[in-house]
Amino acid sequence: MKSSGPGPREKGKDLLQIRNLHVEGFSDERWHPIVHGVDLTLKRGQVLGLIGESGAGKSTIGLAAMGYAKPGCRITQGSVLFDGIDLLAVSEKGRRRLRGSRIAYVAQSAAASFNPAHRLLEQTVETAVAHGLAGREEANRSAVDLYRRLQLPEPETIGFRYPHQVSGGQLQRAMTAMAMACRPDLIIFDEPTTALDVTTQVEVLASIRNIVEEFSTAAIYVTHDLAVVAQMADRIMVLRHGRTVEEADTRQMLASPSQEYTKTLWAVRKLAKPEVPADDYLLTIDNVTAAYAGKVKVLQDVSIKVPRGRTVAVVGESGSGKSTLARVVTGLLPPISGSISFAGQLLPTSLKTRPKEVLRRIQMIYQMPDNALNPRQTVEEVIARPLEFYLGLKGARRDRRIGELMHMVEMSEDFLERLPGELSGGQKQRVCIARALAADPELIICDEITSALDQIVQEEILKLLIRLQRELGMSYIFITHDIATVRAIADEIVVMHRGKVVEQGLKSEVLTPPHAAYTERLLSSVPEMNPDWLTRLLASRKI
Amino acid sequence: MTRSESVAAVQRLRRSRATRAKTALKKAPFSAWFGIVVILGYVFVAVFAHWIAPYGETQVFSEAFAPWSQEFKLGTDQLGRDMLTRLIYGARNTIAIAVATTLLSFAVGVSLGLLAALYRGWLDQILSRAVDVLMSIPSLIFALVLLTIFGSSITSLIVIIALLDSTRVFRLSRAVGLNVAVMEYVEVARLRGEGPKWIIAKEILPNVMPPLVAEFGLRFCFVFLTVAALSFLGVGIQPPTADWGSMVRENATLITYGDVTPLLPAGAIALLTVSVNFVVDWFLQATSGLRDEK
Repeated sequence: MKSSGPGPREKGKDLLQIRNLHVEGFSDERWHPIVHGVDLTLKRGQVLGLIGESGAGKSTIGLAAMGYAKPGCRITQGSVLFDGIDLLAVSEKGRRRLRGSRIAYVAQSAAASFNPAHRLLEQTVETAVAHGLAGREEANRSAVDLYRRLQLPEPETIGFRYPHQVSGGQLQRAMTAMAMACRPDLIIFDEPTTALDVTTQVEVLASIRNIVEEFSTAAIYVTHDLAVVAQMADRIMVLRHGRTVEEADTRQMLASPSQEYTKTLWAVRKLAKPEVPADDYLLTIDNVTAAYAGKVKVLQDVSIKVPRGRTVAVVGESGSGKSTLARVVTGLLPPISGSISFAGQLLPTSLKTRPKEVLRRIQMIYQMPDNALNPRQTVEEVIARPLEFYLGLKGARRDRRIGELMHMVEMSEDFLERLPGELSGGQKQRVCIARALAADPELIICDEITSALDQIVQEEILKLLIRLQRELGMSYIFITHDIATVRAIADEIVVMHRGKVVEQGLKSEVLTPPHAAYTERLLSSVPEMNPDWLTRLLASRKI
Repeated sequence: MTRSESVAAVQRLRRSRATRAKTALKKAPFSAWFGIVVILGYVFVAVFAHWIAPYGETQVFSEAFAPWSQEFKLGTDQLGRDMLTRLIYGARNTIAIAVATTLLSFAVGVSLGLLAALYRGWLDQILSRAVDVLMSIPSLIFALVLLTIFGSSITSLIVIIALLDSTRVFRLSRAVGLNVAVMEYVEVARLRGEGPKWIIAKEILPNVMPPLVAEFGLRFCFVFLTVAALSFLGVGIQPPTADWGSMVRENATLITYGDVTPLLPAGAIALLTVSVNFVVDWFLQATSGLRDEK
């Protein structure tokens, strides 16, 4: 299918050389440096993992490897040599000829990268046909072959579905097939599994790794998840503030990181809180069944007890009913049957019938702080409102309390004047926490509140929540799909699957074998830092 | 985020609204500048009509249809009133009525539209279907019928046009409101127990302002044209109040004699409408975030 590439496709020769790359981004009416002089060499068939917190410039470097800079960014210095061609020197037309055919890109959100109006197959073969590398017939056949290799179900027919008719994991694999359609020499994966569940992530990781190996494609794998990069990459490059911190082979990097920053990255996932058994129950959910618009039952006969001053982690993959549970507790979705009692009293089922005092005692924090904060309200307005609304605080007393709350979430009062758009992800989430604390609640429902954040920021937020619980004694219902987060914060665990509680109990009981079958699957899908983990897991599952 | 980083981040202070407006104005294209200057000119004339006009609004002179002269700069109309004076007072009357009508239609349309977006359900159904019914009747004919029933007072003119126009405002604000009503910060406010007044005024409205402001400019133009059209047809602003629409009609016969005077009020209407559109165009481009890529 592909014959235009000069030279044999054997592993070992230098494919991509980035020298002294500088990229700047435009904001606040001036140019700010994003990447300062990064060097990178990638051999044919090699997979390089780029890792770092957000703002480290990893995605920008990934895009620069295609000679591309996002709108509002510009490459100011350096060279990008792809197979002897300087991508920054050739014309835009020349670069476009390479992109898609010899360099491909897989984005984080496959859902946003597919055109919802066209079938998967059309979009998979589009580039190959447009570049004239294959006829439509041939391209279609090869796409089906790719679907099969990527272990998509019904490879013959799945291409005739529209993007919304397949799951997120399948879509991400279809996107990989699209990138593979021209048998490129280099693929850039930009956080391809970040938006997926752990159980789905394993499948996608395995198929990506297989296909990259099979065609000996070189790849740049951008991620902030260390355990994932340990499975995928031959070499790892750690980035911070647009500079290289260190670079080494995966095994060496995992075994003995030389830089201080790398060591802190490695230590992040080891946070663990000792569990404390319950002595008194704050919230009791009894046999609750709930459904949307009277149709599909999303929760079936769910009973959960939340102890006072403790954390109950609710785990499960997407669609397991975790978030619906939160909606039932907050009163947004009145249950069909069952009851909820809070602090010994029966909780009115619907939001409208709950008195203000009850609303105050149950607060909620959301996954995406971007959506949970009004972009037109300053931090001060956001925190002040619950103080005025619930507690009637005004003037100097209110301002003093705002200061205390900012101090509690470890933010400087200088931030009070800012709008959410002028804060980082972690800071926004801190503001959301402060807003919840302002109501002086007894129960906080945390819906995936760390999953949109970097690991380092995640750890800081988790530590903050643990400290606040110790000082203020409120209970948390912590909804998450990340087992590392559960280890870090939970006292008790509730495992949910398809709207039912599969297992519940103290953290140590649930996390130590024997597990329920689903718990076992969920736990084993959590990537470990060991580079052999994926291979071992796949081997054990095949049996 | 560590302490040291947070301190460094504070260095980048937020620019005030005034300075941001100033930089936006500096970058405004010529058409926007032209529009702003013209609109300010109209507003100035409208507000100070009493001092600028050489004669009284309804002052009648002996000579009807007088040609342009030193005494009557633009001649006189069919009753012998000074055209220039009528034109200046006309600015005040027509613009004031159009502004009042647009404000009223926005007050009604935006509040109902955002309520419908917030609550959905039966409220949304009732309001939306009612709007569909109103919109299915050609608005000029409907306005003529209503004005015949209720009489052509300035109040009924304002109320009737505002009501008919608010249907379009309702549709727009409901559409943009729906996008914001599903945001989690609105859910946060509901969970807090806030009432609809707070949620609409503080959570939704500030986030839908740009399209509404643009629509305000465009609606103003349409209202302005409708008022002028109704006056031209004789059911709008009633004599002896000076108004551009009726001035065109009353002096239309002059055109047959090659006199351009009756076209002046029409030109005044056109110029203002075009200027408002220039400003709206620029505003939309500046706030929509759609910029041309280099």
